[in-house]
Amino acid sequence: MSFDIMLGQTIVTGLLWGAIYTLTALGLTVIYGIVNIVNFAHGDFLMISMFLAYVLSIAVGFSPLQSLPFVVAALFLLGIVTYRLLIKPVLNAPMLAQIFATFGLMVFLRGLAQFIFGIDFRTIPTALQATRLDIGGIFISTPQLIAAIGAVVMFAAVYFFITKTRTGWALLAVAENREAATLMGIDSNKMFALAWGIGAACVGVAGCLLANFYYVFPEVGAIFGFLTFIVVAFGGFGSITGAFAAGLIIGLIEALAGFLLDPSYKYSIVFTVYLLVVIFRPKGLLGSA
Amino acid sequence: MMLKNIYSLFAAFILAVLLILPALVAQTFYLHILILVFLYALLGGAWNILGGYAGQVSLGHALYFGIGAYTSTMLMLEAGVNPWIGMLIGMFLSVSVSAILGYPCFRIKGHYFVIATIALGEIAFVIFTNWQWVGGAVGKHIPLLPPGLAVFQFAGKIAYYYIALSFLVVQLVFTYLMQKSYLGYYFQAIREDEDTARSLGINITKYKMAAMAFSAAFMAAGGTFYAQYLLYIDPESVLPNVLSTQVCLIPILGGLGTVFGPVIGAFVMFPLSEFIRASLGGSGNALDLIIYGLLIMIFAIAKPTGIMGFITEIVRARRSASADGAGQAAANVRRE
Repeated sequence: MSFDIMLGQTIVTGLLWGAIYTLTALGLTVIYGIVNIVNFAHGDFLMISMFLAYVLSIAVGFSPLQSLPFVVAALFLLGIVTYRLLIKPVLNAPMLAQIFATFGLMVFLRGLAQFIFGIDFRTIPTALQATRLDIGGIFISTPQLIAAIGAVVMFAAVYFFITKTRTGWALLAVAENREAATLMGIDSNKMFALAWGIGAACVGVAGCLLANFYYVFPEVGAIFGFLTFIVVAFGGFGSITGAFAAGLIIGLIEALAGFLLDPSYKYSIVFTVYLLVVIFRPKGLLGSA
Repeated sequence: MMLKNIYSLFAAFILAVLLILPALVAQTFYLHILILVFLYALLGGAWNILGGYAGQVSLGHALYFGIGAYTSTMLMLEAGVNPWIGMLIGMFLSVSVSAILGYPCFRIKGHYFVIATIALGEIAFVIFTNWQWVGGAVGKHIPLLPPGLAVFQFAGKIAYYYIALSFLVVQLVFTYLMQKSYLGYYFQAIREDEDTARSLGINITKYKMAAMAFSAAFMAAGGTFYAQYLLYIDPESVLPNVLSTQVCLIPILGGLGTVFGPVIGAFVMFPLSEFIRASLGGSGNALDLIIYGLLIMIFAIAKPTGIMGFITEIVRARRSASADGAGQAAANVRRE
């Protein structure tokens, strides 16, 4: 295979992975942008949604794509319950308490999954799994392409919802100034709960699309959760367009680092890029200073 | 004044018990648990200086533990350097690395900083896993030498017990003195409100770096102790993500920004996980993680001051109850 084809393949693969990162990052950045709390359990929400898809495939034989609406609904509820039970009490607490609240949730969910399912890697076999497209020598796996398209659609939907609907404006109003929004008759508690619901639902979509071709295991949230933080911080906490661009850039950097250097170093290159970006642009690449 | 006397009396009593304990505890298993509890209290206390006092949450602190473990081990294997000297060099290296990383990182605030520390921990893990000179993923064995204080190797567990205890005591005394000095006040001012602290003329970056340096030094000392105690290190055991998590759980449970909080946290957390593992048989069932997670969430919501917060409140309540004695009691009766 020529260098050009391999490079092209790497870029395509990187962008496809990047699309998944954008989707998990979208959920995190919606929550942060509106409620101003970083969800350290975000990657574990992804893990939960993948396990839900797995359980549905075992129990009723659904493929992850068929499970998607159910998983998204379940994750939406999980987001709201998390807000009600865990986040609301620490809304006005110091940042340390807020970090520890979702950090505790992360430890809890990861332990719970390990307790129920053990540490094994599982796959959900589907007819799509082994299929791929061949475009001029560059292969695109079908489930990954579906994931990328799903990510773009979801992104457009959330962007439209937040910037073009009245409820979306109410969300932005609460994010901008809670007191003023409350005076205008907006229930800030409801809006915050909705933001958590939407954020978790995005992860539900990501989880199903990912479970279509990737392993399901309790630690999966550690890898993706961490890359998600990097993407969100890179794009600027709370910036939706930033998360989209950053997801694709991080996917590309990861793939190119793996291809040009060594796969075992790829994450450290990503982390180093993150450090350099936040040191020189402390609000993220596209964040407003 | 009363409160302080009660605490110091209590601390002296506990120390006396701990000093004679090895004479009473015959089973090596319990000594082993106690040694690890002391080590974790030391590490939790180290994290507490930066996280609890100065309010800077680092989730990559295994990095400094690993530097301590690897420095003394590699110096001993490659140059025959005595592990005690190696420990001091490891502490120095750890502080240097903390300064190099801290200077740019402390320009980043809040969540960006937390994520930067996770990234640093992960980068260190990848580097050491791929670095063949330090044994890569396989790790390094420390050769057995004729035991003795001079070579930091001992036949039984009792000597390790006293060394771990004395490391911990040194750290507690340091933290106590630090808390009483201007350093402690500056750290807490930064934790409470950075902008106000800056407006009062405190050099924020300088004092954050100082907190990080003390923290890194104690982590590194713990790293050398761990290497000499188990005589084997690899990235999985001295640089893992989960260690970074544990060292911050300890002061969260015990009480952030208090001298004895990490000790209480370690005494609660470590036996708890051993007990759960022993009573349920085998590891990997992760029930301990479930319980830790629940505890952290509960403490974050209900009691951010940890177990120390409870104790202080109870002691204060007792004191005020006895101070205005009968009146208060009468009020309580009337309320009922």
